[in-house]
Amino acid sequence: MTQRPQQHSFNPYTENGGTILAIAGADFSVIAGDTRQSEGYSIQTRYAPKVFRLTDKAVLAVNGFAADGNMFVKKVRQRLEWYRHAHSKDMPIRAIARLIQTMLYARRFFPYYVYNILGGIEEDGTGAVYSFDPVGSYEREACRAAGAAQSLMQPFLDNQIYFKNQTPAPGTSFPQHLPLNTVLSLVIDSFTGATERHIEVGDSLEMYVVLARESPSIQALQNIVGIQERTSTADGERIFVIRRDLKKD
Amino acid sequence: MSSSSIYSPPGFDFSNQLRNNFMLQKGLPLPKATSTGTTIVGCLFKDGIVLGADTRATEGPIVADKNCEKIHYITESIRCCGAGTAADTEFTTALISSNMEMHALQTGRKPRVVTAMTMLKQMLFRYQGQVGAALVLGGVDATGAHLFTIHPHGSTDKLPYVTMGSGSLAAMAVFESGWKPNMEREDALNLVKLAIAAGIFNDLGSGSNIDACIITANNTEMLRNVEMPNVRVQKERDYKFRRGTTAWKKEDVRKLIVEEQTLLIGGDEMDTS
Repeated sequence: MTQRPQQHSFNPYTENGGTILAIAGADFSVIAGDTRQSEGYSIQTRYAPKVFRLTDKAVLAVNGFAADGNMFVKKVRQRLEWYRHAHSKDMPIRAIARLIQTMLYARRFFPYYVYNILGGIEEDGTGAVYSFDPVGSYEREACRAAGAAQSLMQPFLDNQIYFKNQTPAPGTSFPQHLPLNTVLSLVIDSFTGATERHIEVGDSLEMYVVLARESPSIQALQNIVGIQERTSTADGERIFVIRRDLKKD
Repeated sequence: MSSSSIYSPPGFDFSNQLRNNFMLQKGLPLPKATSTGTTIVGCLFKDGIVLGADTRATEGPIVADKNCEKIHYITESIRCCGAGTAADTEFTTALISSNMEMHALQTGRKPRVVTAMTMLKQMLFRYQGQVGAALVLGGVDATGAHLFTIHPHGSTDKLPYVTMGSGSLAAMAVFESGWKPNMEREDALNLVKLAIAAGIFNDLGSGSNIDACIITANNTEMLRNVEMPNVRVQKERDYKFRRGTTAWKKEDVRKLIVEEQTLLIGGDEMDTS
């Protein structure tokens, strides 16, 4: 028998399902994700957060390969801590976006298998959403969906946020930014819709709301049941979490 | 073989396999079939059989049908749950159902479960696993209550409780902890419901509602959607569009009523003089 060279390969990546979504308003930003983590047809856990508070004005959502996602968030947080020690302030969101780009591109040939969406408040007080591909290409947008149900959610968002394929009534125009209560409703409907038709989306929904300094949008959060505040300092931007159940089948 | 012959050689013809592999190489993959990534179960009890199924049909990670029927009719007292390629389970059960009816007419007797099982396994074996049907067959006949599983390649098992599909492990875990010989009808139905629910909630390929079917010597009860644990939630907003939302490039209004005018030309009038 002749000996032939045999090649074995190890695939270090897996795909853990789930979906994330972020929408920027005039003076707020909403960053959301479901909490199901799956592999193939199995659920690994019904509660694995994909959305993380970085600072009082920045929230990061990660989706794709969960192990890489968690490690990436850990590394970003470490860099933000070093920045705080060096400069005695939180890094502005546009700087965090550029930091994430360089961190992702540093792994160009062994990438973090993760789609990132960064949401929060810009230094001028406007709501911001930055979306990234796994190797660091990024752009600032008003809304973005990523992950398993991206193809189900993004067209809905294009229609409802950007008013694509809709003509306004004569003599009127569509608003540039939607109010917070409308945005929250759209996020919930996006996820309940995706849960109906995508097997990897479900269990529960976690929505982070970042409000600009003294934002009047706080009104919209007044009557929400089970809302939690996650702000660490007084008189700055404020962060809230809202949780909702999704179907578990 | 260089020349084509009008006589086919004995055995199988694999020329299409060659063609399909060639097309695959050229980058034209075979169409993907709707698969019922499924939980189906069957369980023996004191007076007969209880069959159970979920109602989700998938195409990859997308839910194609939220409330499909996976318990198929074979005869009045024989039913068959199907997992695998949706079209294959539907057509094989329909074909065998038809042949079972013919067999009943021919023999003048109530047909037996083993007959259906044998017909199914022989057909599936003939197709060498290419017909992707994984079945749970159950029923009651003159020889008693019988429960079988039939795999896509044609092998069969005869057991007192069985599960199949992607949720089979979740469902079997429930059976292994809860099944007892000679159960009462209600207890058996509850165990089947629990087994299907385990599949629905723990297997991503299974979901939505529970169907069940109770077969006894003189009655078959099809319980469509016995349990509906996954009803759609109310939407936060309503998505009605203002009339005139859709833009258009051209407007063309046409009259659908055809108007006709009859003109009489020279000398064809009836002579009324």
